[in-house]
Amino acid sequence: MSEAYRYFLIFIGSLLIYNILLIRFIALCPLIGVSTQVETSIGMAMSVLFVMTMSSTASWVAWNYILRPLGVGEFLYIPVFILIIASLVQFVEMVLKRISPPLYRAMGIYLPLITTNCAVLAAATESVKPGFLKLNVAYHFTLPETIVYTVGVALGFGIVIILFACIRERLETSPVPHAFKGAPLAFIIAACMSLAFMGFANLLGL
Amino acid sequence: MAAETEELVLPEPKTGTSGWQEFSKGFIKQNPLMVLMVGLCSSLAISNRVENGIFMGLAATFVLVCSNVIIASIRKWTPDQIRIPIFIVVIASFVTIVDLSMKAYFPAAYDRLGVWIPLIVVNCIILARAEGFAYKNTVFRSFMDGLGMGAGYTMLLLIMGTIRELLGTGKIVIFDKTFISLGAFNPPAIFVLFPGAFITFACLMALLNRYKMGKAE
Repeated sequence: MSEAYRYFLIFIGSLLIYNILLIRFIALCPLIGVSTQVETSIGMAMSVLFVMTMSSTASWVAWNYILRPLGVGEFLYIPVFILIIASLVQFVEMVLKRISPPLYRAMGIYLPLITTNCAVLAAATESVKPGFLKLNVAYHFTLPETIVYTVGVALGFGIVIILFACIRERLETSPVPHAFKGAPLAFIIAACMSLAFMGFANLLGL
Repeated sequence: MAAETEELVLPEPKTGTSGWQEFSKGFIKQNPLMVLMVGLCSSLAISNRVENGIFMGLAATFVLVCSNVIIASIRKWTPDQIRIPIFIVVIASFVTIVDLSMKAYFPAAYDRLGVWIPLIVVNCIILARAEGFAYKNTVFRSFMDGLGMGAGYTMLLLIMGTIRELLGTGKIVIFDKTFISLGAFNPPAIFVLFPGAFITFACLMALLNRYKMGKAE
């Protein structure tokens, strides 16, 4: 496997084949909660891309240069990663407020929500323990691979949440059985989208 | 919807409810998944087998009860501004306990649940109960609340696991023992796969809505 091809596989794998929302069910709360309008979904997608890339990189560095050499990774990684994410979000929020108020207004309300977004923690955990791509079990991502992987995950999240919001906006006014109005309908849409994404399975032998 | 959820997570009045009521509200009236709509991700992802539901339900209940008790007992000394990081550290420690003990005693189940065990940290149920209930209530009530919410969560995992495993594989296998088998039934595998989770959950929610509408009329 050549270097470039491996990056490509990691990217496509995390973006489509193992899509974080529809195939792996991580971060469903924002999918159901935030996706009522296209505009808010775009804001959420952008914030996730931003925070996730930074936090995974930071977690990878913490794991490889601090936790693993000290031999405490196995039992400290959960609190350490979650603290990295929480403080990073806080930091990003303050920096944005200072240097770019319009961007802060666009992303601001989503940032605190992202702290408890499971996708961010999942991406951080998997960047040090890649378990789902059919790679060697003992395989460890290098730093560029981590970034490629995280960007793929975040874009996968963004694409799905924006598509989902488009469908939901259309269905807002259509006649559906009364008991299915609202959240149940959203889950039915998610089921159909998930079916569609299952079509990507086994693509490129992943 | 976000506003609606927030309202529901707000604490109940402090007086007039017994410990039993704190426990029993988790089943239907305030079921964390169906009514409060928190903690969805894990329940959909791992409910393809009844066995996974048992493990995940127990793990989440343990973390929920322990973190509720600790947070309720330190609530008087917790500074308001940094309460969220404190909650998260408390929760993360209990999740680490679960993570390591499960890896040691049930390696097979640990492999199947995979990333979901560390993800209990960010399971919204636990943080929502810490913030919305334990932070404002006594230790005993928080304990009962944690137990009830955990039981409600586990119950729904088991219901969904039963439906999905039975329809998807035609039988229910718990700890290598077959409990129910549908015999010559040709199972639609979609129910153990990803879309099945969404469909099952949507139908359960619609049923609950239907039931509530019937009651209101």
